[in-house]
Amino acid sequence: MFADARDFEPQRRLTLAARLLSKLHLDGPLLAGLFAVSGAGLVILYSAGGQSEELLMRQVLRIGFAFGVMLAAAQIPPNFLRMWSPWLYLFGVVLLGFVLVGGDVGKGAQRWLDLGVVRFQPSEIMKLAVPMMVAWFLHRRPLPPQLPELLFMVILIIVPTVMIAVQPDLGTSLLIASSGAIVILLAGLRLRIILLLGFVIVSAAPVLWYFMHDYQKQRVLTFLNPENDPLGSGYHIIQSKIAIGSGGVFGKGWMNGSQAQLEFLPERSTDFIFAVAGEEFGLLGLLLLLVLYLFVVGRGLYIAVHGQDTFSRLIAGSISLTFFVYLFVNTGMVTGLLPVVGVPLPLVSYGGTSMVTLMAGFGILMSVHTHRKLLPT
Amino acid sequence: MIGNIPLKDHWAEKRLFLSRAIAAAVVILALVVLVALRLTQLQVVEHQHFADLSQGNRIRLEPVPPIRGLIYDRNGNILAQNLPAYQLELTPEEVPDLEQTLERLQNTGLLKPDDLEPIRARLRSKRKFEAVPLRYQLSDEEVARFAVQRQDFPGVDVRARLIRSYPYGPDAVHAIGYVGAISEQDAQRIDASAYAGTSHIGKLGAEKQYEELLHGTVGYRQTVVNAEGRGLQTLVEELPSPGRNLTLSLDIDLQLAANAALAGWRGAVVGIDVRDGGVRIFTSTPAFDPNQFAAGISRQDYDSLQNDPDKPLFNRALRGQYPPGSTIKPIMGLAGMAYLGRNPEEQHFCPGYYMLPGQTHRYRDWKKVGHGRVDLIESVAQSCDVYYYQLAVELGIDRMHEIMTGFGIGRLTGIDIPGEKPGLMPSRDWKKRAFKRRADQVWFPGETVITGIGQGYMLATPLQLAYATAVVAAKGARVQPRLLDAYSDPVSGEMTVLEPKILPTLEYGDAYAWQKVHESMIAVMHGPTGTARRSANDAAYRFAGKTGTAQVFSIGQEEEYDAEEVEERLRHHALFVAFAPAENPELALGIIVENGGGGSSTAAPVARLIFDQYFAGRTP
Repeated sequence: MFADARDFEPQRRLTLAARLLSKLHLDGPLLAGLFAVSGAGLVILYSAGGQSEELLMRQVLRIGFAFGVMLAAAQIPPNFLRMWSPWLYLFGVVLLGFVLVGGDVGKGAQRWLDLGVVRFQPSEIMKLAVPMMVAWFLHRRPLPPQLPELLFMVILIIVPTVMIAVQPDLGTSLLIASSGAIVILLAGLRLRIILLLGFVIVSAAPVLWYFMHDYQKQRVLTFLNPENDPLGSGYHIIQSKIAIGSGGVFGKGWMNGSQAQLEFLPERSTDFIFAVAGEEFGLLGLLLLLVLYLFVVGRGLYIAVHGQDTFSRLIAGSISLTFFVYLFVNTGMVTGLLPVVGVPLPLVSYGGTSMVTLMAGFGILMSVHTHRKLLPT
Repeated sequence: MIGNIPLKDHWAEKRLFLSRAIAAAVVILALVVLVALRLTQLQVVEHQHFADLSQGNRIRLEPVPPIRGLIYDRNGNILAQNLPAYQLELTPEEVPDLEQTLERLQNTGLLKPDDLEPIRARLRSKRKFEAVPLRYQLSDEEVARFAVQRQDFPGVDVRARLIRSYPYGPDAVHAIGYVGAISEQDAQRIDASAYAGTSHIGKLGAEKQYEELLHGTVGYRQTVVNAEGRGLQTLVEELPSPGRNLTLSLDIDLQLAANAALAGWRGAVVGIDVRDGGVRIFTSTPAFDPNQFAAGISRQDYDSLQNDPDKPLFNRALRGQYPPGSTIKPIMGLAGMAYLGRNPEEQHFCPGYYMLPGQTHRYRDWKKVGHGRVDLIESVAQSCDVYYYQLAVELGIDRMHEIMTGFGIGRLTGIDIPGEKPGLMPSRDWKKRAFKRRADQVWFPGETVITGIGQGYMLATPLQLAYATAVVAAKGARVQPRLLDAYSDPVSGEMTVLEPKILPTLEYGDAYAWQKVHESMIAVMHGPTGTARRSANDAAYRFAGKTGTAQVFSIGQEEEYDAEEVEERLRHHALFVAFAPAENPELALGIIVENGGGGSSTAAPVARLIFDQYFAGRTP
């Protein structure tokens, strides 16, 4: 077909940078988007962290490490990832079992596993392993999935979700459940079944309520009526709304947010950093930040749509959409649309573990996009 | 050719995925628009409102702590109350330099170097905008001294607060406990916002057990303050609701009588109302002053309490575990009638020692020459050991375990005071579980023999002795011991009276058997040979009792025990259980006097003094 390879030379003349990117299996637009978001994040964090250079440096190192993990993940071909998905999933479930039996208790919750050298949360593995497992399961089957398959996938998702929920870490368990559910939805689950499931979940809410810890119930109640608990978690929401609202359209200026700088705003460099951005950069700053995020999510979806097999499409779609779920849950929480669930603003909040997982996910996206085989058109 | 294996249609699947991805993109855009609208609402529409709240003026949230419930005894005497006191407080977010401020407060003499460590712990357990107490009780002179330097200490203030006070001091501390500063451990287990503005929490006894009832509900005041922190306007205010007042079953006059009778001894007395399980007396001596803890105890004072060889912090009544000794003999007698059909009038010969068949070891009676021929009543009255050695061997350890457990030995009584110890009632099973080495797991017949007189592995707390005696007095009817009678809402005056918690009645022995058990215990007090008859001399009422002695160390086979020669701390513990009135029991007692020597000489007189107080002013 390709009679003369040299015919293609003009189209394939790549710049040096592009050549380097393709050699490293990186996707240029996605990488640019990630750089932009985390760069903006560092600017916000410097102010939110009380201009601490030490804090900033630690975050820079963390981001560097996370990009390294992304680079490594991008080198793994999707076929290889797919074959290892069940093992990764099993490994994660076993680790979660260990955590339940003998994990370290931090802040009243049993989430950490101490491996002697490092302490980490096995739930982080599950953030990727659950969607990978579901995508693996669907890979060989005709889509859309039928009811028996659906039931099996629900079990695959429910088991780690419950194991994490009892740690107790309701926020993470719900995020993991949604990352698995997204795969099923993307696989083309019929609308009727979606509606039926929605109905089941809504009617299961009272049961869930019964099993929730007091502090979790408290959070839901506080969300429904923040003024009810102004001394406890309601305080977060009240102060966060004041910070954002007082920022106005243009903001009070970088490092000039009185709510944040005077420490009225709790957890200002972690979960509530979005409010700091709102106070200092105003509505325009926040909209710009949201556009950057949307670009990353959009590029992720583009990669997913161009995936060459079921697994690649599903995992890429799930990673992109889960990233958006993080964004929405955090911004919704900080603006008082959703309850306080302790989800960080992705790539911007200070903190390490979840960022590494996120970037590993983006590495998978890049791998999906750069390991495509050329198909005759 | 492919059969049932379904084929994947790649192009259809790709289209399906594309449609789903587009749907997802639409949802994403909708949600982002939702967030953007919300931001517009906050930052454009309501901007002025929030700007006012944040700019210059700030909202300060002040918790208004509830007033802690009072504690009364059954006759309405106040056991725990709240008194006004001046408290030195610091609000971390208003202090420019915390370390420097603490140091300067030391220089003025308001703080001592010893205070700093607990203060730092308290600072860690509270949020930055909450006032943290530095000192709980300032003298008038200190208040004046601080007032003149007030302007040099921004963020530090003197405030009138209520402080817990216990009018009876050490006399009831082991029952009601005390409140102390909220520690870091406490802070982890409580809801921080429910305790905003509250500095103390129940640490022991009823104060801890009924913390939820006593605490009440916090109120708060939301005020707009200016840059100097002066309140400009109260936005919202919600008043706190005070905690419930508790009425305990404790009778402080009886409690004082018990303490007076125990004065100078280490020991414990528990008195239980036979009819409803109400705890009338609950004391352990020596004790300590709970007011010290409420006012903030210094490290030095605390160390001296902790290192005191008499262990005043140790709640002997609840947690002291002693061999019950001969006090279990009435229950053993009942067991003989119930399990073996033993005739209580049948006489057994006591030569002063007992030997297991085929063995030469002599289990000695406390009376070397023996008691001669004794029936059940005499065996209890004179406290003959040999009668019970024999009986124990006939019963076997497992049946003894069963009946003693029914009377509460080796089981938690479930009293509403935290930290109860279970004692120990041995059995074959227990020994298998308790020992690691195979050879130690075997139950020996000799161990059965000594368990018959409450020695060996067997352990009981004074609370358990009182409970078991209450069950004996009630002829098997059981009510769980309880300190709380009722609680009331101080606002509405509404009173909640708790029902006694009735447990299944013990089904051992008939009316005749119980009658004989009671008669034997009456003979201890009023019979011609009773071991405690001296304590019943000229009593205006009749009562029933049983003496006991617990060995602190063992004596060799042929040695004599001479209390005079033995060092005070190695002397036997004196025990006594009793109930009165003998014919219609109301109050059951469990008494232990550590190193008191013999039950009849030191423990029985304690019971007499308590019953004298109990029946004072009553015509028998």
